This record gives sequence, structure tokens and C-alpha cells, in this order.
Amino acid sequence: MERQEQLQGIGCSRKRKEDPRFIQGKGLYVDDVKLPGMLCGEVVRSPFAHAKIVSINKEKALALPGVHAVITAEDLKPLGLHWMPTLAGDTQAVLADEKVCFQMQEVAMVIADDRYIAADAAELVEVEYEQLPALVDPHKAMDADAPIIREDLVGKDEAGQGKRTHNNHIFTWDVGDKDATDRAFESAEVTVREDILNPRVHPSPMETCGCVASFDKVNGSLTVHITSQAPHIVRTVVTLLSGIPESKVRIISPDIGGGFGNKVGIYPGYVCAIVSSIVLGRPVKWIESRIENISTTAFARDYHGVGELAADKDGRITALRFHALADHGAFNAHAQPTKWPAGLFSICTGSYDIPVAYARVDGVYTNKAPGGVAYRCSFRVTEAVYLIERMIDVLAQKLDIDKAEIRRRNFIQADQFPYQSALGWEYDSGNYAPALEKVLEACDYEGLRKEQTEKRANGELMGIGLCTFTEIVGAGPSKACDVLGVGMFDSCEIRVHPTGSAIARMGTITQGQGHETTYAQIIATELGLSSDDIQIEEGDTDTAPYGLGTYGSRSTPVGGAATAMAARTIRAKAQKIAAHLLEVSPEDIEWDVDRFHVKGNPDAVKTMKEVAWAAYNNVPEGMEMGLESVNYYDPPNFTYPFGIYLCVVDIDRHTGETSIRRFYALDDCGNRINPMIIEGQIHGGLNEAFAVAMGQLISFDEEGNLQGNTLMDYFIPTFVETPHWETDYTVTPSPHHPLGAKGVAESPHVGGIPCFSNAVVDAFAHKGVTHVDMPHTAFNVWKTIHELGLDS
Amino acid sequence: MAKTQVSFNLNGQDVDVLVEPRELLIHVLREQLQLTGSHIGCETSHCGACTVDVNGQSIKSCTMLAIQAQGATVMTVEGLAAGGELHPLQQAFMDEHGLQCGFCTPGMLVRGYRFLQENPNPSEEEIRSGMAGNLCRCTGYQNIIKSIQTAAAALNADTGSQAE
Repeated sequence: MERQEQLQGIGCSRKRKEDPRFIQGKGLYVDDVKLPGMLCGEVVRSPFAHAKIVSINKEKALALPGVHAVITAEDLKPLGLHWMPTLAGDTQAVLADEKVCFQMQEVAMVIADDRYIAADAAELVEVEYEQLPALVDPHKAMDADAPIIREDLVGKDEAGQGKRTHNNHIFTWDVGDKDATDRAFESAEVTVREDILNPRVHPSPMETCGCVASFDKVNGSLTVHITSQAPHIVRTVVTLLSGIPESKVRIISPDIGGGFGNKVGIYPGYVCAIVSSIVLGRPVKWIESRIENISTTAFARDYHGVGELAADKDGRITALRFHALADHGAFNAHAQPTKWPAGLFSICTGSYDIPVAYARVDGVYTNKAPGGVAYRCSFRVTEAVYLIERMIDVLAQKLDIDKAEIRRRNFIQADQFPYQSALGWEYDSGNYAPALEKVLEACDYEGLRKEQTEKRANGELMGIGLCTFTEIVGAGPSKACDVLGVGMFDSCEIRVHPTGSAIARMGTITQGQGHETTYAQIIATELGLSSDDIQIEEGDTDTAPYGLGTYGSRSTPVGGAATAMAARTIRAKAQKIAAHLLEVSPEDIEWDVDRFHVKGNPDAVKTMKEVAWAAYNNVPEGMEMGLESVNYYDPPNFTYPFGIYLCVVDIDRHTGETSIRRFYALDDCGNRINPMIIEGQIHGGLNEAFAVAMGQLISFDEEGNLQGNTLMDYFIPTFVETPHWETDYTVTPSPHHPLGAKGVAESPHVGGIPCFSNAVVDAFAHKGVTHVDMPHTAFNVWKTIHELGLDS
Repeated sequence: MAKTQVSFNLNGQDVDVLVEPRELLIHVLREQLQLTGSHIGCETSHCGACTVDVNGQSIKSCTMLAIQAQGATVMTVEGLAAGGELHPLQQAFMDEHGLQCGFCTPGMLVRGYRFLQENPNPSEEEIRSGMAGNLCRCTGYQNIIKSIQTAAAALNADTGSQAE
């Protein structure tokens, strides 16, 4: 036991190994990189959402002392780099090619000695525009007279995601048995239908996006420090675009100041900085401002949904039919496994045993920034979970069944796992019903409902929100998931040094999740070495094995599995060495925390440290020296974490202000590697859910002008608004993961958003309100109050 | 553009820099003086990642000109640890898991340092309002609050033992 504790391995809340540098200001983020002779890039952006470019005059900018270049699409054309591929099979203008399609679109990049001169010069670039009518409302995108946004696609009947039927149509994707679903709706005892919006929002990590590109003309090699959640894919894309072999492209994701999906894609600023460095032969830094970040790089959501459920009179759901109109902006830069135009939206049957279902998503272009990314969620899982978790409440209200009770009646039962969902997924494990009861008891649900009844009688507004969600994370089996043709495996390489410390490198990249700590804990337990002595490195494509990166909660499900498997290969070799040292056969050896001993003879012992030393000087005949392994793990399935959340709100019926009285989150992510880190991830995800549900919105006027793109306007909760979080857990291991673990960090965002909305709507349920769109700002809530006459 | 000499005390040492009048303090700290602990998160004084301590006040250095620091005493996160010892706030952030990606952390620490001098015994509500100028996207704030409470207790214990 004592030896186990000394390892600080799986299951312990050890302190984070990455913290000492961060608390002393010694982190290395991209903007901290300063190379000799480095220049700065500044992007010239469009003031209009839709306009022809009549002319660009660079003369005044170029005349400014300290300016080295002004690049436009015309300069990139000879290199074939004025357009670039997106992860979704579309192409995106690197710099606007004859027209601009969204406000703040990249038109030119100025390269200058420093950021001040670059900013001055950007002001001096003269661009003449001829404004075109803008298309802002996705519901009007496919109208006969809708403005054509993408002239480059006119006459093309597909944009990388199957057949399209209109100039502004990107794709139609559907799944499920439509006919059987329609029949189930026709014969249903009860049906409900609701229009449900997931508005356009932005992940806004504290660090914006940027890069430092450095091309060495002598060696023909390119090094890029970049804010990327997927450095290896960036390297492949850079090679495909530039023709520089991958062996001469080095992508480094150093410390990343939060990602939340914002740093998955490849952005025009990166491409321009790289091209500028190649042309000028000097390092070029491009760091976006917060305004540029909110305006251009990677919005999320903008899913205009219609949810329908069919049920019997007891509230048992008999069919589900969901549709979403997806606004992808001017270019389809959706972050997704390439074959999934609507991501994993088909997880929308949720935690419920629904016999038949049909889901369809139509993607359209509008004059807005391109996207969308998975903002702290697995691809489109937030949108899917929001729909089902709102709709089950709508059904409960229609049938006057309690919102906890209707969930009990529809849950997939523990003995149904592995569970085949109507839309094609195999849920690995779950145990929903007892977890729900645990939360209801912890929060005295009955007491809360009683209190609510009393409050309602006094005209007070109190809401109780429940959310009982299932996620799908850990993309994914390579037969189902790839990015630009690269399967979505992940990797780990471990090298044990002679004196028993180790270094391990992964294809994932931490952005605050604590990989340097948790991966070390996995190896500590698997190899019996102290996690203090295990160094974890990620993000440098020259040293780390190829991997697909960190997003969609895939690090523990895929990278963590690779880590365990690589460690197990090492332990198997170590067992042979131990047997050799102890002069017995390997089958006669047993593993015991940090050492091998001979079965039946606990005194005949070789510790892992002793074995590590022997691996470099005394191995069995015919065995290679050394103690290292690399594993590329292709998961057999996704993992399906779940959670049961409860939120209590009190609403001021005069101001519309919503106060979060209580938020209780029970999460089940299977076996837990570091409970302290898990709790921290849950807190953060809940806060991002709070942000989305209660205030975040990227909105536009009719001309496509973005209404608010600074932190003055865009809501990031401060200490003051943020509620207190209560956390809890159950453990239902994943049967297919080597450690029984599942992803966790996105669950609180995915499950939190509908929980807040359900609480707010519940406050008005007795007045017949079944749905109100997010965000639930005081003004929006007040409008509901006022319409119902509750403020008089 | 003509440059002006600015002299101030930075983390206990006198420094002289040549700056353009329009240069922001954060840029001078990060780029000329190579102290990259303070970060730039928003350029509009909302996020607090650039918070430094100037003459005993928490200042968002993305909206202060470097020439305004003439004669000032400036402290950044790099000046918090003294004599090889972590400041109790730094230790508490590590112990209470008060940071994740680390980007907001230097600003949080420098603000927390000043806040605990303004209010050595804060309630949770007082911490929430006293720290509201610093944003974090990772932690949901709860463990930062715990960190500040833990640091307050440690600092008060220190003061107590010194008084005895």
C-alpha cells in the first residue's frame, strides 16, 4: 500500500507537474517566442460582409519605413495558395479573392519590423469595395432570389460533402429509418414539436490564435510555433500545401492558453505568416487580437433545430425526429472527422431507449465567418444533447409528468449495455437510473418541487432544471473517423532510462487538461515508477509520434489507451528480463506494484528500477537492449460518459435576473485517473456552459455587421456571476478501454447548457411556456416575464 | 518615431528602457525586458491577463503607456517568489488546483497578491468582487477562490508568528 502511494499513480489527486512553470511566469506560449530577425504580420480585414474588391493599393503602406511586404490574393495565386482546403472538404480563401464574403475577412497581410509599424501600415492599405447584398438569415439561404455567396462553386453540384441543390447549399446529411419514424409519429398517442436554437457563439480561450513561422532558406526547412490542438495534422497540411517534405516541416505547439475547439482549424493568418517567412527568409509572427479572434477564427453552433418526439400517454418515447439547419458561414470550415458533415449529431437519442429515430441536417452558406467548431464538446454533441434534453422536458410538460419521472421511464437500463441506438451507435456502458436517484436525493428534489409549488402560489419564479445526458467522445475508430484521410488513432512512445526514470511523448497536446500529470500517473501505475520521475512531452512533431491531437475529449480515451498499451509492452519485456535475472521462466514471475517476484517466493525480487538498469547491460540472450515502446492505438469504439445534473434558479420577476441557487453535477467518466483534475475540468466546463446558456451570442445586423466583438460585449463570466459548483460521481468503467476510462472534460459543457435552460424554462412551465431560446440574459428573461404579464 | 528614456524599478531592480511614447507597458515588459509572464488576452482591459502591480495598485498593463511608469515601482509575476521561495499564493494555486492552462495565472497571482494586502481576511463574496477584473476560462473560478483563501490563511499565520 505504501509502495503504491509512493508511485502517485492512477486514482490519486497528485499535484500537477506543469504548475511550477505557470505560477512563476515561465510558461512558453506562442507569443512568448522571439526569434532573431523576427517580423510581425498584421491582417487587413474587410469592413463589409459581402462586397466585390475593386482594387487594392499597397503603395502608401509599402512606403512606410519598416514595412517589408504587403501580400494579397494576387501574390498568393502564383503559388496556388490563395485558397486552402478546410477540414470539411470545402476550400477557404486565404486572402479574399476578388470578393469578401464576411465582415472582417482577411484581405491582405502587412509584414513589418514590429507590431506597431505593422498596425500603422495595415491602416494605409487602400481597398476599394463595391458592396453586395448580404445574406445573414440561414432560413433565407436557399430562397430562389438569395444572393450567391460562393461564385467559385457556381455550377458545382457538391462542395465536398455530397450533393447540393442550391448555390448556398453545402450538404444534406441524414441518418435513421425515416419511413418507420414517420409511421411511428402518425400512430403516436402524443407528439410534441419545438423550434430550438443553438445560437452562434465563440469559444474564446484566454490566449488568442497565432504562430511564429520560420523558414530556413539554407536547409529548406520550416519551423512553426503555433497555437494548435492538432500539430501533426497541421504538419501534414503544410506539406500538402507547400510541397516541403514533412521531414523538413517542424510544427511546435508549445504551452497553449486554452483551446476549447478554437485551435483545431488552420487559419488564413497562419498560412500568410508561413508564406511570408518562406518568401522573406525571416521569421514572421502573427498573433490575432481578441477582436479578430471573436470575429473570424472559429465560431461554434449556429444550429437551428426542430425537435419532435412521439410517445405513448405514459410518456414512453416511441420515436424521435430531429432536423437542424446548420449555418456554416461563408466557407465550410466545420471541424469534424472528414466523413461526418454533422459531426456526431446522431447521438441525439441521448440516454433514452428510443426504438426508432430519424435525424437530418442541412448545411448552408451565409455571409458570416466560417466554422463551426466543437466548443468544448465532441463534434455537434452539444447541439444533439441540447435538443433531446430540451425535448424530453417539453414532452413531460405536455403529459403533465414529472421531469425526473419521465426520464426514469425512458432510460436505457443497465442490463441493456452494450446498447445499440436507433441511429447506429453502440453505447459501451452506462448506469443512469441509480445516478439519477443519487442526485435527486442529494438535492432533496421532492422538497424542491414542494417549495416551487409554494413559491408559484405567491407569484415567485423558481425553476428546477434536470439534465440526464450521454456523450460520445474519443474519436475514434479509424474505420469510422479520419481527418483528411488520416485515421483518428493516437499514440504514445515511452523510453525508460537506465536509472529508472522515463520520458514519454504523445500525439495529443495539452491546453490546460493536465496531460503532463495524468499520463505520468498512468505510466507510474503500469510500470511501477514514480510519476515524479516520468517526463511527458507533447506538441513537437520532430519528437512526438504522429497523433491526431486533443479535442472531442479524445486524449484519455485514445492517447491514454495508447499510453497504457505502450507501458504494458514495456512491462512484458521487463518481466522477461526479471525472469532472466532471477533465473526462472517468465511464467513463474508475478507483478507486485513496482517489482517482480518469483511466484511463491516474495523474497526473490527485482524492482522495475533494477530491471531498467539490466535492460541496458544484462538481457536474456537474443533480446534487444533498451526498454522502450511506441503504441498507435486505434480504439474499437467511442466512449460514452454520462452525467446527471440538477440546477435550481430563482428569477426576479421585475428585472428578469436569474440567480443560480444551486448547481449539482454528477459525472460518470468510468475509472478516474486524477480526481482533483477531473473536478477542475468539471468546474471549468460548467462555467463555459453557464456562459453559453446565460449570455454568449455572436449576433449580426441585416447587413452582416457583427454586433459586438470585444470582451466588453461578448460574455465571459467573471468571478461575480459564476455560481458555486457542487460535484459528485459514479464509476461505470468502459469495457473496451484498457484503463476502463472515458473522456470527461466536455461533459459539463454539453450537459450544463440544457440544464440551465431547463431550469429557466421550468420557472415558467406553470404558465404554459415550453421553450425559450438561449441566451437567458436578464433582458431576454424579462421579455418572457413581460409577455406573460408576471411583472405587474 | 523618437524614443524616450523611461526609468523604473522592476521586481526590485532599477531598469532603463528607450520607448516610443505610444508603446504600451505590457509590450515593453514582454518584448524589451523579456518578462513574458504577463500576457495579453484582450487589449481592452477586460481580461486581466496583463495585470501587474504599479506603485501598490493592480494595473492592466495593456492599457498603460510605458512612459507612465517613469519613476514607478513595478512588480510582475516574476517578482513574486522571493529568495528562491514561492510566495504563499503561488504555493496555494498549485495546492488547490487553481490553474489549468496557466494563461490567466500570472495576472491572477499579481492581482491576488495586491487584493490580500487590501483585504487580508476576505470572505468568498469579497474575493469574488475583488478579483472580478481577472477572467479565467478554464477553472470556473472555484479553485482560484480556494487558493486565495488558503494563501490568506498562510499569510495570516506568518504574520501571526512574526508578531509573537
